[in-house]
Amino acid sequence: MTLSLKNASKTYPDGTRALLPSDLVIETGEIVSLLGPSGCGKTTLLRIIAGLEKPDEGTEVWFGSDNVTRLPVEKRNVGMVFQSYALFPNMSVRTNIAYGLKMQKRPRAEIDQRVEEVLTLCRLTPLANRAVTALSGGQRQRVALARAFAPRPRLLLLDEPLSALDAALRDSLRDELSDLLRRFGITAIFVTHDQNEAMAIADRVAVMSDGRIEQIGSPENLYRNAGSPFVARFVGNAMRLGKVEQGRTLSLEGGQLSLPDDGTGRAVYVRAEDVCIADDGQLSGRVESVTFLGTHYRIGLSGVTGTLLFSLHPGASAPKPGERVKLRIAPEALMLLTEDTAHP
Amino acid sequence: MRFSIIKVLQLAITLLACAFLLVPAIQSVLAGLTVNYFKGVSSGLTLKWLWKVWELYADSVFLSIWLALSCLVCTIIIGVPAAYALAKNPGWISRILEEFISLPLAVPGLALALALLQLYGTMQGFRTSWSFILVGHVLYTLPFMVRSVLAVLAAIDLKTLEEGAATLGAGSLRRFCDVVVPNAMPGILAGALTVVTLSIGEFNLTWMLHTPYLKTLPVGLADSYASMRLEIASAYTLIFFVMIVPLLTAMQWASNRAQRISA
Repeated sequence: MTLSLKNASKTYPDGTRALLPSDLVIETGEIVSLLGPSGCGKTTLLRIIAGLEKPDEGTEVWFGSDNVTRLPVEKRNVGMVFQSYALFPNMSVRTNIAYGLKMQKRPRAEIDQRVEEVLTLCRLTPLANRAVTALSGGQRQRVALARAFAPRPRLLLLDEPLSALDAALRDSLRDELSDLLRRFGITAIFVTHDQNEAMAIADRVAVMSDGRIEQIGSPENLYRNAGSPFVARFVGNAMRLGKVEQGRTLSLEGGQLSLPDDGTGRAVYVRAEDVCIADDGQLSGRVESVTFLGTHYRIGLSGVTGTLLFSLHPGASAPKPGERVKLRIAPEALMLLTEDTAHP
Repeated sequence: MRFSIIKVLQLAITLLACAFLLVPAIQSVLAGLTVNYFKGVSSGLTLKWLWKVWELYADSVFLSIWLALSCLVCTIIIGVPAAYALAKNPGWISRILEEFISLPLAVPGLALALALLQLYGTMQGFRTSWSFILVGHVLYTLPFMVRSVLAVLAAIDLKTLEEGAATLGAGSLRRFCDVVVPNAMPGILAGALTVVTLSIGEFNLTWMLHTPYLKTLPVGLADSYASMRLEIASAYTLIFFVMIVPLLTAMQWASNRAQRISA
């Protein structure tokens, strides 16, 4: 089923514009992530798709060829995994999973068969008769996913499905979730504020800020061809070097940098992994901080731009704080982006 | 272990307080079983007073139980949806409504009864039926049910649970039956315990609303104290104990159990 949103927007009664008119098309079987900082409108967008939030006049939500804009949530047949999981504490794991099928008034035998199927798929069979209150966070997350998926929804929606877990568990469950979603073969949309999570799970990522979809594309595409300073900063933590006055060179405190293209009036961004410490570098700076991160060092440098510039240094040893070093940045690693006055 | 002076004092005060509460109760029970109270226990023990009470006031026992159960049913039917509506729509209107429901607690029972009499006293059939007393009891006990259920509903994430059920295809009635009521059960049970006990023991209101043919247990008790031998009144108290203690224990057990399940 193709999901299409036309002109979707939401204004709260107090006048807050949570979502500015946005269009979004998601193809069958695609896993799309809505990524953005808190308050960017990503959860509002998800809730409009689910039917849990009443959108502004003019919004159209299409599930394939059905206009579901006016359909209440219980008639939309969407599966949803909530941030807090919202499992029914008065029911066991099995009854939680069977609930959606029961609401569809399926025959008993069919319900039992489907529940077994989903239990096996989500590796929950040994826990089937437990009370949901007796489960760990990771187990609850799987039950929530199984419950949403069991009634064969047209669309699976996940609202920050990993944020209720502790950091150690989150990484392993991220891969597990990605694997399960792909095995389900279902169109899925999930909301997150964690770029790593979005990159690891989604086929396409929609980066949102201030109620707008800034850019949508594959994780690689977003990383390599960020369309705006916000996307560059949010995906891969790009740092701003400075603004180009004229032509193909950028003048910085620490030296001159040649650009791959004419950058007149645009700002130059770079990621820490592209800032290399090398004796033949065009720029020079002073080492302020050195943090050892296992596979590499994270080095803070002053005197290159107005603020601290970071470099990820893969070497076996690192320069000491206070030393002066030369830096090299390959021209193709530089991102020339137009700064929106509203979004500096 | 050596008892310090403070420990001994603590124990003494505790025992004294217990004695202060228990001795009159025991004395009253004994009085109900003594042949002649003025001669003391030496006059012998008997069950004839109990039998006498049963002969005179059996109707009151049944009426009180019937009233308590009817009152429970009414407060559940009105109170649970009311608490649900209040929990779902928080805001100043709900706060005012909640206070309004609780008003009968602050207003003396006599005043409440007087108001009921002024308003409905002329409706003969209603005035003389047991349902007139029931109205008073429901009015008085409803806030306990509403508050007890509301407290539980406020403690769970009702909104998200309902949204969860809605995404799975449950309409509003199904959500109420499958999600709201089972999760509010500890509150409903605790409320039920309070309602039944209050209804059985209610005197103020009932005394104003009763007719000579409709005496509840406490009204009958007052009647027996006023017009019968002290032994009969005491035997009556004993019957009251025998009735209310197992009821209280059973409901306490039920509500503890519900709390364990929900925890």
